[in-house]
This record gives sequence, structure tokens and C-alpha cells, in this order.
Amino acid sequence: MLNATGIHTYYGNAQVLHGIDFHVAEGETVALMGRNGMGKSTLLKSMLGIVAPRRGKVRVNGVDVTGHETSSIIRRGLSYVPEGRGMFHNLSVREHLLMAARPGIDGRRDWTFDRVLETFPRLAERLDNLGTHLSGGEQQMLSIGRALMTNPRLLILDEATEGLAPLIRRDIWHTIRAIKATGIASIIVDKNVNVLLDFADRGVILVKGEVVCDGPAKAIKQDKSTLSTHIGI
Amino acid sequence: MDIWMALIQMLNGIQYGLLLFLVASGLTLIFGIMGIINLAHGAFYMLGAYLAWWLAGITGSLGAAVLLSLPLAAGIGYAIEVLLVRALYKRDHLDQVLLTYGLILIFNEAQRVFWGNDVHGVAAPAMLDWSIKLTDTLSYPVYRLALSGVCGVLAVAMYLVISKTRFGMWVRAGASNRDMVAALGIDVKLLFGLVFAVGAALAGLAGAISTPISSVAPGMGDNVLILCFVVVVIGGVGSVKGAFLGAMLIGLADTFGKVFVPDFASFTVYGVMAAVLLWKPKGLFS
Ligand SMILES: Nc1ncnc2c1ncn2[C@@H]1O[C@H](COP(=O)(O)OP(=O)(O)OP(=O)(O)O)[C@@H](O)[C@H]1O
Ligand SMILES: [Mg+2]
Repeated sequence: MLNATGIHTYYGNAQVLHGIDFHVAEGETVALMGRNGMGKSTLLKSMLGIVAPRRGKVRVNGVDVTGHETSSIIRRGLSYVPEGRGMFHNLSVREHLLMAARPGIDGRRDWTFDRVLETFPRLAERLDNLGTHLSGGEQQMLSIGRALMTNPRLLILDEATEGLAPLIRRDIWHTIRAIKATGIASIIVDKNVNVLLDFADRGVILVKGEVVCDGPAKAIKQDKSTLSTHIGI
Repeated sequence: MDIWMALIQMLNGIQYGLLLFLVASGLTLIFGIMGIINLAHGAFYMLGAYLAWWLAGITGSLGAAVLLSLPLAAGIGYAIEVLLVRALYKRDHLDQVLLTYGLILIFNEAQRVFWGNDVHGVAAPAMLDWSIKLTDTLSYPVYRLALSGVCGVLAVAMYLVISKTRFGMWVRAGASNRDMVAALGIDVKLLFGLVFAVGAALAGLAGAISTPISSVAPGMGDNVLILCFVVVVIGGVGSVKGAFLGAMLIGLADTFGKVFVPDFASFTVYGVMAAVLLWKPKGLFS
């Protein structure tokens, strides 16, 4: 579904990614892990064209999209929930959802306004509030709900549970699992590695902009030494 | 000043405010959403006026001329966005000011080359070329009322598009966080190009429909541009609602200033701006 090879990314003169190979198969859930500042978010942004990699190739469903506009890469069936949630301060909850609505690349509209509200009932109570007036957890739900409105084949979540109260975090995990069960592929970056590895199919660990580990999630979860060396748990 | 005089000035002020709004709404959107300081915005007002005068001469109908000048202004606006302005989104304001100032010079020179430096007037369409009698000595031209009506309808339409449609949501979202809009798969470049084109078309329309009430002359865009920046600053950068209130305020202040304090007439709008900014330093809606 998504396939990146040899990604080198710089911020100015500082090299952040040193030739990363990364892929996600149709329907697969990949846990992207690593300590702070190792380049997880940069890898996501490089693949989506938000940051331009200096070298490397990105393919979506076999089509070379290297150097394409972010919006046109996204429209190939990807959806992105960024760190910091990306709320619009001047749009209501309802508008956040409606503005993003779009059928999937296969023409299907599995995710509608009503279905998103069923999935996140708390949003239904706050439809006329501005996005930035919601609590952190509600903003996160809105950001995920908005991403689902585009009927993606691949959902990319960067730190979706960061800074949330445990109960809300549990809700979000529950939803993410439910989304996985519908067959949508996902890339999930999250600090809660144990929860993540419980249901992810595959795990990838980044250290200083390089992939040091790429394998089945179950195997990584057992491998305490890898986890403690590279992630610190 | 008797009540009829006051009414006439009031109507004039409203009409002037509505006309300013047509120009200023585009300016505020382009500044607020795309972050571009477009000094050339007034040039579209001039372009609209010259196109209307020129096409009215060819077609014999101001109505047809106005309708023809709309797509022309929009098309030229879109072309300028794609060819020139697009390269400036990531640059600082000085570069934008340099480029768009250069555009003013080009527009003004083009006007001189194509149409000369004479001052022209255009007659209102016969259907609207009459006045409503108010008293024995006072009457009010119907064309001005029609002009206010057209501007008012457009203001309402703009409000509906921006607040109710998905296009409007994208535009507002773009003003808040354009990278996130792109990350949702919305073509921000196209969106910005369209906003620029619509802004140019509205400014051009304002110039075109104002030809029967003010002369078509070189430099006519510059005065409007300055007033529109005042409007944008008063209203709060990026706010169409603010631009509307600001435009009404400036239209009325300018009109009544000329009546009550003719010696300071050119100062009244800046007095209003200073007063508003003392009260709300970032404008009415920001
Ligand atoms: N816009 C930027 N300009 C310059 N350097 C940046 C920028 N964004 C990130 N960096 C640097 O690039 C490196 C990788 O950052 P990145 O955000 O990709 O890491 P991360 O793995 O997502 O970390 P975190 O867990 O903190 O989110 C860090 O050293 C960071 O300081
Ligand atoms: Mg990150």
C-alpha cells in the first residue's frame, strides 16, 4: 500500500533520516517506535510530502509519488492525524467533519458523518463548539473522526494518545482497534509501546534516523533486550 | 442639514461602504488566508473600470460590459496568482510588497499603453438612469440604489458561501492552518488560486459598476487600495465580517466627513481607524 525506500531527510544542514526503508501492506497495522527525536514524525512527514526528503522514493499502491504535493499523495487513500491534532480555531466540530468528507479511492463511503458520531458519541454533544474549545481527548477524537471522514485505506496516527487521561486513552485505543478490525491499514506512533504491540501486526524501531528493528509485533514484544536498549522500557 | 440631506448622505455613505467592501473583502481574504500583502489589489479595481468603459464602448451596453469584464478580471487574477504570487507564499512580506508593487507599475503602464491617460465617464444604463424625487429640489439617482442593491446581494452571497458551504469551510480552515488542509487531501494551491481570482473579480466588478458614478481615470486604483487597507486593518486581517463593518464605517465616515468637516475630510477615515485601533488594537474581529 505504502512503500518508501532510501529516505534521507534534512532540516537545513542537519540530517535527520539516514536512508530509511519502510512499508505498510494493505490492511496491516504497523507500530512505529523510537525514543524522542529519533525521526518518527519526520519519517511520516517525508512520506506524505510535508517535508521534502533529499533522497529516496515513495510509492503508494505502486505509483511513484516522490516529490508530489501532500494533498495529491493523501488523496490516494491516505489519512493523517498529526501530532498536536491540527484543529482549526475557526471551525465548529460539525464543520471539521463535513469539510473532510470524501468517498474512498474505491468509491465507498463506509465512514459518514453519522457513523463518526456513533463512534465518538462525545462529539455529537459538542457539534456547534469550536474545535479548539474541546478538551484534549475530544480534540483527539475529532482529529481521528475527521481523518475517517476521508474513507482512507491507510490511517496514519502520530501520538494519538499523548497527554490524555487514562480513561480517555483507553477509549481511543478501543476505537483504534475497532478501526483496524474494519480492514483499514494503519501506521501508529505512540509512547504506549506495550498496548500498541498487543494488537499491531508489525513493529519498526527507529534510532537516530535509522531502522534498527523491523519484525512481527509479537516477537518484538517478547524481545525485552531490544525494547530496553532502543526504547527504554 | 435637513432630514432629506441627511438621508441622501446616509445612502451615499452606505453605497460607498458597500463598494469598498467588494474590494476589501478580497484583500482581507488574500492577506488573512494566503498571507500575501497584495498591493496590486487596487489595480484590479482600475482594470474593472477600464474594461467596463472600453467594452461598453464596443458593445453599447454597460450591463454586457460588466458581465464580460468579470471573467476577464478573474482570469487575469488567476494567471497572476499561478505565474507570480504562488512563488511568494513562503517568502517574507518585503518580497511580496516588491512584487505586487511592481505589478501596480505594470498595470498602470498597460493602462496608459492600451487606453491612454484621458479621463472617461460612462453613462448609467437607460433603465437605471433616472432619479427618485425626494423634495422640490432634492432627488436620488436610482443607479446608486441599484449599485447598493447589487453589492448588498453579493455581500450576503459571500457570507453564505463562506459560512455554509464546504468551499467556505476550506477557505476558513486554510486561514487557520493551511498545512492541515493540505494534509486532508484538499488542493490548497487550487483553493488559493480560486480565492485570488474571486478577489480580483470582486475588485474588478466594483470598479466596473462604479463607472457611472465616478470617473475612469489613471491612478484610480491607488486611492481605493489605501482605503481598503484601512478597512482591512479596522476589521481585523482575514475577517470578512470585519471587512464589512470596517467598510461601512469608512464609507460613512468619509461621506459625512466631507459634509461636516470638509477641511479635514481626508483625515476622517484615519481618525476612525486610530479610534478603532486604540479600542481594539488587532481590529474588530481578529
Ligand atoms: N522543523 C524542524 N526543524 C529542525 N529540526 C527539526 C524539525 N522537526 C524536527 N526536528 C529535529 O529532527 C529530529 C527528529 O524529530 P522528529 O519530530 O521526527 O522526532 P520524533 O521521533 O517524532 O520525536 P517525538 O517522539 O519527540 O515526537 C529531532 O532532533 C528534532 O529536533
Ligand atoms: Mg514526533
